[in-house]
Amino acid sequence: MTNISQALAALQAEALTALEATADEAALEQVRVRYLGRKGSLAAILRGLADLPPGERPAVGKLANEVKERLEAALTARREALQAAARAAVLAAEQVDVTLPGRPVPMGRLHPSTQVLRRICQIWADMGFQIYRSRDIETEEMNFELLNIPAHHPARDMWDTFYTTVDGILLRTHTSPGQIRAMREFCPNPIRVILPGMCYRYEQITARSEIQFHQVEGLAVGRHVTMTDLKGTLISFAHRMFGAARRVRFRASHFPFTEPSAEMDVECMLCEGAGCVVCKQTGWLEILGCGMVHPEVLRNGGYDPATYSGFAFGMGPERITMLKHRIEDIRYFWTNDLRFLEQF
Amino acid sequence: MRVPISWLKEYVDTPLPVPELAERLTFAGLEVADIQTVGLPGSALPWDPGRIVVGQILEVRPHPDADRLVLATVEYGAGQPKSVVTGAPNLRVGDTGHKVALALEGARHWDGTSPAPVPTVLKGRKVRGIYSDAMILSEKELGLSEDHTGVLLLDAPAPVGMPLATYMGDVVLDLEITPNMARCLSVQGVAREVAALTGGRVHSPQARMQADGDPIEGRVAIAIADPTLCARYAATLITDVTIGPSPEWMRRRLRLAGIRPINNVVDVTNYVMLEWGQPLHAFDYDVLVRRAKGVPQITVRPAKAGELLTTLDSVVRPLTRERLLITDAAGPIAIAGVMGGAETEVTHATRAILLEAANFHFVSIRKTTQALKLPSEASARFGRGVPPSAAVPAAMRATELMRELGGGRIARGVADCYPAPQVPSVVLLTTDEVRRILGMELSRAEIERILTALEFRCEPQGETGLRVTAPDHRLDIGTGVTGAADLIEEVARIHGYDRIPVTEMADRLPPQRDIIPVNLEERTRDLLAVAGLQEVITYRLTTPEREAQLSPGDDSPAERAYVRVANPISADRVVMRQSLLPGLLEVMAHNARLRDRLWFFEIGPVFLSGGTLELPAEPRRVTIGMAGRLAPASWRDPDPPRTDFFDLKGVVESLLRGLHLGAARFEPTTHPTFAPGRTARLLVEGHEVGILGEIHPQVRAAFDLPPGPACLAELDLEALLARVPPTHPVVGVPRFPPALQDIALVVDDGVTAADLTAVIRSAGGPLLAEARLFDVYRGQQLPSGKKSLAFSLVFQAADRTLTDAEVEAEKRRIVEAAARRLGAELRA
Repeated sequence: MTNISQALAALQAEALTALEATADEAALEQVRVRYLGRKGSLAAILRGLADLPPGERPAVGKLANEVKERLEAALTARREALQAAARAAVLAAEQVDVTLPGRPVPMGRLHPSTQVLRRICQIWADMGFQIYRSRDIETEEMNFELLNIPAHHPARDMWDTFYTTVDGILLRTHTSPGQIRAMREFCPNPIRVILPGMCYRYEQITARSEIQFHQVEGLAVGRHVTMTDLKGTLISFAHRMFGAARRVRFRASHFPFTEPSAEMDVECMLCEGAGCVVCKQTGWLEILGCGMVHPEVLRNGGYDPATYSGFAFGMGPERITMLKHRIEDIRYFWTNDLRFLEQF
Repeated sequence: MRVPISWLKEYVDTPLPVPELAERLTFAGLEVADIQTVGLPGSALPWDPGRIVVGQILEVRPHPDADRLVLATVEYGAGQPKSVVTGAPNLRVGDTGHKVALALEGARHWDGTSPAPVPTVLKGRKVRGIYSDAMILSEKELGLSEDHTGVLLLDAPAPVGMPLATYMGDVVLDLEITPNMARCLSVQGVAREVAALTGGRVHSPQARMQADGDPIEGRVAIAIADPTLCARYAATLITDVTIGPSPEWMRRRLRLAGIRPINNVVDVTNYVMLEWGQPLHAFDYDVLVRRAKGVPQITVRPAKAGELLTTLDSVVRPLTRERLLITDAAGPIAIAGVMGGAETEVTHATRAILLEAANFHFVSIRKTTQALKLPSEASARFGRGVPPSAAVPAAMRATELMRELGGGRIARGVADCYPAPQVPSVVLLTTDEVRRILGMELSRAEIERILTALEFRCEPQGETGLRVTAPDHRLDIGTGVTGAADLIEEVARIHGYDRIPVTEMADRLPPQRDIIPVNLEERTRDLLAVAGLQEVITYRLTTPEREAQLSPGDDSPAERAYVRVANPISADRVVMRQSLLPGLLEVMAHNARLRDRLWFFEIGPVFLSGGTLELPAEPRRVTIGMAGRLAPASWRDPDPPRTDFFDLKGVVESLLRGLHLGAARFEPTTHPTFAPGRTARLLVEGHEVGILGEIHPQVRAAFDLPPGPACLAELDLEALLARVPPTHPVVGVPRFPPALQDIALVVDDGVTAADLTAVIRSAGGPLLAEARLFDVYRGQQLPSGKKSLAFSLVFQAADRTLTDAEVEAEKRRIVEAAARRLGAELRA
C-alpha cells in the first residue's frame, strides 16, 4: 500500500465521521467543502497522484474514485436525512388542533315552504302536470259560486273567509278558483295543471291555525278521466313524496266542487303505521282532499259534464312539512326565525 | 253529532264491534272524530262491575248527630244491606224504593268536591260517628256530568245488584257531519247509514200517538205567508200535562248527546229532534189562547219593521223584515227556527202544549242565526236542511212521548199546513255513466242493491239504466248530471273506496308548455340563495301604518288604495301589502338578537288596488335585506367587517349576471326610505326595475333595527324577468395569452366610477377585454378634491399574442381619452 492509499482510507473514515456529526444543511455544506470541494482534502490527495509511478496510478486512481463516490453517496444520504428531519420539525411546529371549529360558511337557503312546494311541483311535473299560477285576491264568484258553493249554502261554513271592503271581492280561501280560471283558459283542450299558491282563512293565529298558508291544488280534465285514475295518480305521487313502500288509503269525504270526494291518508312516516302522537295513534296521516270534478264545476269551466270528466286534489305544503318533521307550531313558518329556517 | 251506541242500536242491528263500526263509518264519509266510553273499560274511569252496582233504598233515617246528613239503608243484591251516610238533598227521611248507584269499598270514582276531575278510591270510614263503607254516587262522581247537587236516581226498572256498567255503560261516537250528510244530524239518519254499510235493518221509532182528546181542528189555525220560506207548519196539542223531570234514561241519553236535561216537555222536544233530525218547539197553549182571546191563529210571516219580541233568554229583540216569525193575532211569539218568545215558553205551571213541527228554508234560518248570533241545535239543523216529510211523524212521536212521561190528553189529529209538498228527486243512472266516472265495472244489480240499501227506489230502465227515486230524507240528491254524480258517490262510498281499482291515466296528455316566468322566478331564488341569502316568507296582510313607516319624511302620505279586509282578525293584519320591505325589516329586527349576519330575501306579490270594482294588480317583487357582519364572528375572525351598500350591490350584480341580463346601470337617486347619497336606482336596458340603498336612519329606528348600515333592495321582478334573453352567446376561451396592465387615473371627486369606466371602455376598443376597477384612493398624496381610480386592464386578441408596443399604444389611447374627456391624469 502506498502512502496515498493510506491517506485515502484515513480521509474516508474521517469524512464519514464528520458527516454523521452534522446537525444541519449548513454544517453539511462545510463538511462537503472541506473534504470534497475543489480545495478540499480529497482534491489535495489526488494532486499527489501525479507523483506516483505510472504503474501504480490506475489502482490508486480507482481507489480514489471509490472513496469519492462513497463519500458523495454518504453526503446525499445525510442531506436527505437532514431535510426529512427539518420537514418533520416544521410540520411538528405547525400542528393544528383539528377539533377547533371550521370557519363558518355563510349559507343561503330556501324557505321550507319553497322547498316542499318545489318537491311537490316537481313530482307532478314529471307526470305532466304543469304549474298554473292564479291570483290571491278573488271574486266571491270564482272562490265560491262557480265552485258549486252558493251564497248562504251550508257548505260555506267550511271556509272562514276574509272579505274585502269591496263587495264581492275576497282573499281566496283555497287555490280552487284557479281551477275555473284554468278551465276557462284551456277549454276544450284536456288539462293537467298544478296550482300552488297562498290562501287565507279568517282564523285566530295559533300553533295549529294560521291566517295564511300555501295550498297546492291539482286538476286533470279530459274525456277519459276516472276515479281509478285519480287513485292511481295520487298513489304514484304519495309513493314518490313519502316513500315507495308507504301504504295509502282513501276515505269518503265531502267537498262541494268534487263528487265523489275523498280524503287520502298516508301511513304515518314517523311510526311506520304503528301509532304515535303525530298520527293520534291511528297509524295514518290525512294528507290531501280529492275527488272527481263536480259536473257543475266542469260546466262553469266550459266543459260539458256529459262528455268530459276530471279529478282534482289539494294539499297543504306546510302541513306536510309539519308532519314530516314533527313541527308542532305552524307559526314558525311566517315568523322566519333563523333558528327554525337554518334547519332546512 | 254525538251518538250513544245504545241509542243507535235501538234503530239498527249491527254485529260490528264499536271500533270496526267507527272505521266503516269513517271510510263512508261519516268521520268518527272521537269515541268516548262511559263507565265501560276504556273510559277515563271505568265503573268496577263488582264495586259499583245498582242499589235500592230500603229506608232513609235521620243521622243521630248531624242535621244535614241522613242514613240510608241500601240493598244491593248481596249480603247485608249497606248503611250509607249522605248529605244529598234529593234523599229525604222517609224516602224508600229509590234506585241508586251504590259504590262499595275499593271502588274508584271521581271526587265530587274537586273542581277538576280527580279520581279517588272509596274507603270505609266514620262520618260523624257512624261507620260507612259504601257510598251513593252523584252524576259527577260517576263522570256523567258536572252535577254534584244530589245523588243520581235511576229509573225504577233498574235491576238491583246489576253492575252499573252493565246497566248503563255506553260508548258515544262523535261524528263530524259534512254539509252533504246533514241527514245524519239524527240518530235515525246515522242508523240508516249503518244499515246500508253493514246490511243491518232499520227499525224506525213509532210515529203514532194515543189521541183521545177532542180533535185539534178548531182549536188552532195555521197560515203560512210565504211557502218558499216555510214549506210546512204542523202542530199537535196535548192538554192536562204535568211538567216534571224526565226519566233517567232520557236524561242520560240527552246528556250523552251533549244536551242538558230540563223538564219532560223540553227534553222530549230535544230527544225527538236528536232522533228524527226535526227541531220542535213547545208553546204554552193556554197562553196562546189567552193572547188570542179565543182560538190561536198561528201565522208564519216575515217580521214587520218595528216589531219587537222578548225571546226566552229575556232579551228584547228588535226585528227586521229579514227575520221569519211565528206570530199570532197579538204579534210575534217566536223567531222561526231560532228561538222562542219568553211569554209563550213552557213553565212549571204549563198544563197544555201546542207542539210546533215546522220546516223553514235554510237560507232564512242561516241569515237570522248569523245576524242574531244565536246558534242552536235547532238552527244548526234547519240551517243545513230538514226534509218537510219529517215534520208530522216527529210531532206525533214527541206528543206521544209527552203523554207517556207527563200524562195528559192528546188532541186527535195534526194541524198541518203544507202548501209546498216535497218533490222527490228522480235520476236516470246508467252503468255506462258509473263506469265513465268511476272507471270500474259495476253491474246494474250491484248498483241497485247499494241504492236500495240506502232506501232509494230503483226501477230498471232500458238495457243498462235505472230510474232512481230518492227517499224523502235525501235532500242532497240533485237531478240530471248532478243527480247522477250524487248517486255515483253513494254507490262508490257504500261499495268502498278501497275496492275501487287503481289505473294510470290513459287520457291524452295536454299540450305541454314552458312556464317561463315561474322558471325564472325559481332561478332568481336559487341565485339569491347561492349568493348567501336566506329566503323568508312573510305575512301578506299588514297595516298602512307599518308601510307608512317607510316614508318618515312624509307627514301626510296620500291615502293609497289598499285592498282592505272587511273583517280583520287582528288590528295588525288589515290590508294587503303594497311593499315587501316592512315584512323583511321585521324579520331582520327579529333575528338581529340571534345572529351576526342578517342577509335575507323574499319574492312575492304586492297588491295594488286599481279601482273600486276591479281586482287589484298583484305584481311580484323581489326584496333583499342585508345588515350585520359579512360572516359570523369566529375564532379565526372575531371581528368580521359589516355589510355595506357595496355588498348589496354585489348581490344584485350577481343576480343580474346569473340571469344573463343585458346592460345594467346604477344611477344615484333619492327616496324617503333610503339614506341620501347611498341610494341607486337600477336600470336594465334603460328601464327602471328597482331601487337599492342603505336604509334611512329614521326608518331603521322605526323598525327597531340595531345600529349599523342596513341595506335594502326592492326590484320589480316582472320587469326584471321580462328582459331575460331566451338565450345568451358564450365567448370561446382565447388561445393566446392576455396582456395585463394596471393604470391609476387621478380625477376630480365628482367624476363617478361609471363615467370613467365608460370612457375607458369606449377608448379601449376591441382589444380591451376587461377593465376592472380595483382601488379608490383619496388622501395626502393627492390634492384635495381629487381621487385616484385604479383599473386592472386586460388586453386580448383572438388571433395573436399582443406585442408590448400594441399594448402600450392601447393604454396611451385610453389615458389620452380620459384626460381629454374627464380631465384625468395618469398617476405616477
